[in-house]
Amino acid sequence: MAASSDRSPPPFSSAAEQPEEAAPADMADGDSDEGEDIFVNNTNPVAVSRGVSQPERVSEEPPDLFTEEEEAGNTNTKSNGVHSDDDNDLFADAHVELNTDKSGSSDRKELSSSSSSSSGPLPSSSFTQNPALVQPSSLEQLEEEEAKDSFDLDVAVTNPEKVGDGMNAYVAYKVSTRTSLAMFRNKTFSVRRRFSDFLGLYEKLSVKQSHHGCIIPPPPEKSVVGMTKVKVGMDDPSSVEFVERRRAALERYLQRIVSHPSLLQDPDVREFLEREELPRAVNTQALSGAGFLKMINKASEAVNKMTIKMNESDTWFEDRFQEVENEEQQLRKLQAVVDSLVNHRKELCGNTAVFAKSMAMLGNSEDNTALSRALSQLAEVEDKMEQLHQEQAASDFFIFAELLGDYIRLLGAVRGCFDQRTRAWQRWQEAQSTLQKKRESEAKLLWANKPEKLQQAKEEIADWEARVTQYERDFDRIGMTVRKEVLRFEKEKAKDFKSQIIRYLEAMVQSQQRLIKFWEAFLPEAKAIA
Amino acid sequence: MTDCLWLDEKTEDSITQNSPEQEGLDDGPDFLSEEDRGSRAVNVDLQTDATLQVDISDALSERDKVKFTVHTKSTLPNFKQNEFSVVRQHEEFIWLHDSFVENEEYAGYIIPPAPPRPDFDASREKLQKLGEGEGSMTKEEFTKMKQELEAEYLAIFKKTVAMHEVFLCRVAAHPVLRKDLNFHVFLEYNQDLSVRGKNKKEKLEDFFKNVVKSADGVLVAGVKDVDDFFEHEKTFLLEYHNRVKDASAKSDRMIRSHKNAADDINRMASSLYALGTQDATDICKFFLKVSELFEKTRKIEARVAADEDLKLADLLKYYLRESQAAKDLLYRRSRSLVDYENANKALDKARAKNRDVLQAETSQQLCCHKFEKISESAKQELIDFKTRRVAAFRKNLVELAELELKHAKGNLQLLQSCMGVLKGNT
Repeated sequence: MAASSDRSPPPFSSAAEQPEEAAPADMADGDSDEGEDIFVNNTNPVAVSRGVSQPERVSEEPPDLFTEEEEAGNTNTKSNGVHSDDDNDLFADAHVELNTDKSGSSDRKELSSSSSSSSGPLPSSSFTQNPALVQPSSLEQLEEEEAKDSFDLDVAVTNPEKVGDGMNAYVAYKVSTRTSLAMFRNKTFSVRRRFSDFLGLYEKLSVKQSHHGCIIPPPPEKSVVGMTKVKVGMDDPSSVEFVERRRAALERYLQRIVSHPSLLQDPDVREFLEREELPRAVNTQALSGAGFLKMINKASEAVNKMTIKMNESDTWFEDRFQEVENEEQQLRKLQAVVDSLVNHRKELCGNTAVFAKSMAMLGNSEDNTALSRALSQLAEVEDKMEQLHQEQAASDFFIFAELLGDYIRLLGAVRGCFDQRTRAWQRWQEAQSTLQKKRESEAKLLWANKPEKLQQAKEEIADWEARVTQYERDFDRIGMTVRKEVLRFEKEKAKDFKSQIIRYLEAMVQSQQRLIKFWEAFLPEAKAIA
Repeated sequence: MTDCLWLDEKTEDSITQNSPEQEGLDDGPDFLSEEDRGSRAVNVDLQTDATLQVDISDALSERDKVKFTVHTKSTLPNFKQNEFSVVRQHEEFIWLHDSFVENEEYAGYIIPPAPPRPDFDASREKLQKLGEGEGSMTKEEFTKMKQELEAEYLAIFKKTVAMHEVFLCRVAAHPVLRKDLNFHVFLEYNQDLSVRGKNKKEKLEDFFKNVVKSADGVLVAGVKDVDDFFEHEKTFLLEYHNRVKDASAKSDRMIRSHKNAADDINRMASSLYALGTQDATDICKFFLKVSELFEKTRKIEARVAADEDLKLADLLKYYLRESQAAKDLLYRRSRSLVDYENANKALDKARAKNRDVLQAETSQQLCCHKFEKISESAKQELIDFKTRRVAAFRKNLVELAELELKHAKGNLQLLQSCMGVLKGNT
């Protein structure tokens, strides 16, 4: 387990955390990395996850594209005792996160890292940012929060680019890592990955025994429709939005993985982050043989679940499981409502725009000049409202809806862990019953007096006894892991929800303030009608 | 001439006694009543004339009709008493309006547009659906939705009362129409006027009349007017009417989307509440707080939509009807101009043939007289129409802006204080 940590478990890409560190460690200049140094101030338009460094070095973020500040999010990683420095270094510079705007283009802001002092990896990162962002003042508040953890690894997913043409085209994302952990070859590096690579990583992680009981964050869902549009090359806003949404989801996915202490240690994860070329993960294709096999496996597991009822000695697990199921249901309901809200707001946007035009026309045909002017002003106000609604809808969507979606999938993963424990129990029970049978047959052989067979039987018994012990140990181990994981998950979830909802509310506050400005500007015009 | 501007919420007070007799309906959360409803004092110039004041003091909604109590205060000698009330239904208002339209004497005036029929169908349907779906939702959700629907019903009710009242006030304020005999009968006769609604045959006749009229209108509109004023008005009104129609439709759609979004926030609040009541942990308390916040913001959003409806959409709808009435006036004038010109031609022909000259002369004189009379009053009416329109728009736009600001500030304060609490707890 991780070395002494006086830090609380790394949060799930919670945006509100700002790690703060007392003493920056001295490290070699972080600039000495090869290739693009996306984390240091340079003009590469790259979106980087931003983190915040020590309290003294807090810097303001430059206004970003949307004239709203983004929030620093961070993912923390525990050092797991690998890092020799006990003080995890914070990045000396406050970096700003630039986000791709919906166009997914590489319009990014500059990083404002103040000094290149390399102190080591930035404490994490970015939360996927999108249109609705938070004001600078909140960032400052965040920056003043007590650091709970230090961050050794910061990862970002940026630069979606379409590669190839036609139906074989795909989108490649740039995965950039910055770390001070010794297990990586370099301090900062980046690779290009495509969506199936992310899925492949997930597949690899989920089949490993060693991770049984862990809550492995699930990747975003496949979407044939969305991808087909992108492949076909349409540059319309919906496919741009789709790519942006996916990029953000992939980033959150990776951040969750790297913030999980034992997953970070996994060589597959390392390989994913570091290795230049990754073998194509073909078994993630929906219509492949492997795909079908998976479906069949899932079906049989489902059947299994129904037939075996576990003898639960510990009610803790049952209670938790029930809670998880309830929660998932509630979240689904909430998600449906938020989706409906997003749609209605988009509708409102459209209708407001149309109305604004209509008002403008009316103003034109009005022959009283003051009234005509006032009506045109009204049309402008409505136009601005439309924009407001648009942003609000984006905020609804990117902050709230995606949060809910992530957690619904995560709850599914949690249920998966519980299932793994159940299966471990099953294995153990089956082994026990096999052992029992072997013992019975041994007894029979003893009666029948067949020495050679007896020998074999004794060997088998020994073998199965070992297995039973092994499985029992496995079961206990998984039980403990599940417990730990669930507790950690609950904490993360609470933090995540809180910070996201606060972000959402802050976006609402902003939009109300702007609304007030618009109408205040209009009022004198209306009064001037004579 | 005093004018009845777009009616303010003065009717709010007068409806307090009403009791819509729908099952289970009560005066509900009257989210339409606001303190600033008392702005009738600012009401530009309703009834400064004591000789005839009309208002709707009460209204009752029954199964499928609404009964309005029309209350009159007058010092005119024509009436038996100085103050009296009668009960009238929508059809009787329509009868009155139609009698004006059909009266040749009033051809030169803009006839105040008839109030639209009270339409509770949509609301009733929703209430019914709600009743049917009662089993599928929780008790709180049900009560909440019921309250909302009741409030919506009440809002529609108030609007229809307001529109009927505006019609009467406009008539009462018009120097010529207020003297109309039918109007007096309408106000005073306390028995049923037994004006039945038009039966199918009559409706069909009306339909054909309208078709003829519009075809005619096109022909007549082609005639260029000698008088600049009227020519200008014609082009102006045509364009204006179309654009108001467009704006009115679009504003309706926009406001409906707004209401839908507000409804969604309501459901979000319920969902969050459900999440929050699962446990007593920190995060659950957080959810409860947020749920409460959403409840409140949604109420504000709903009010914003309602106010937009009242101040903007209704204004546009009203002026749609008024501009149609003005167009009708112009049509009548053009019609009489054509008649006049035809009479001239007939006179010339008669003189040429030297037959029936006297007859042609009298008919020509009649047409001339009629035309001039209409032209004169029409001019004044159109000028008044403009003044009224500008004033009404001004009033409503100012009120709209003020209400939007008020709500936005309220919303902002709510959000900020809630955020303060939420952040403090973290």
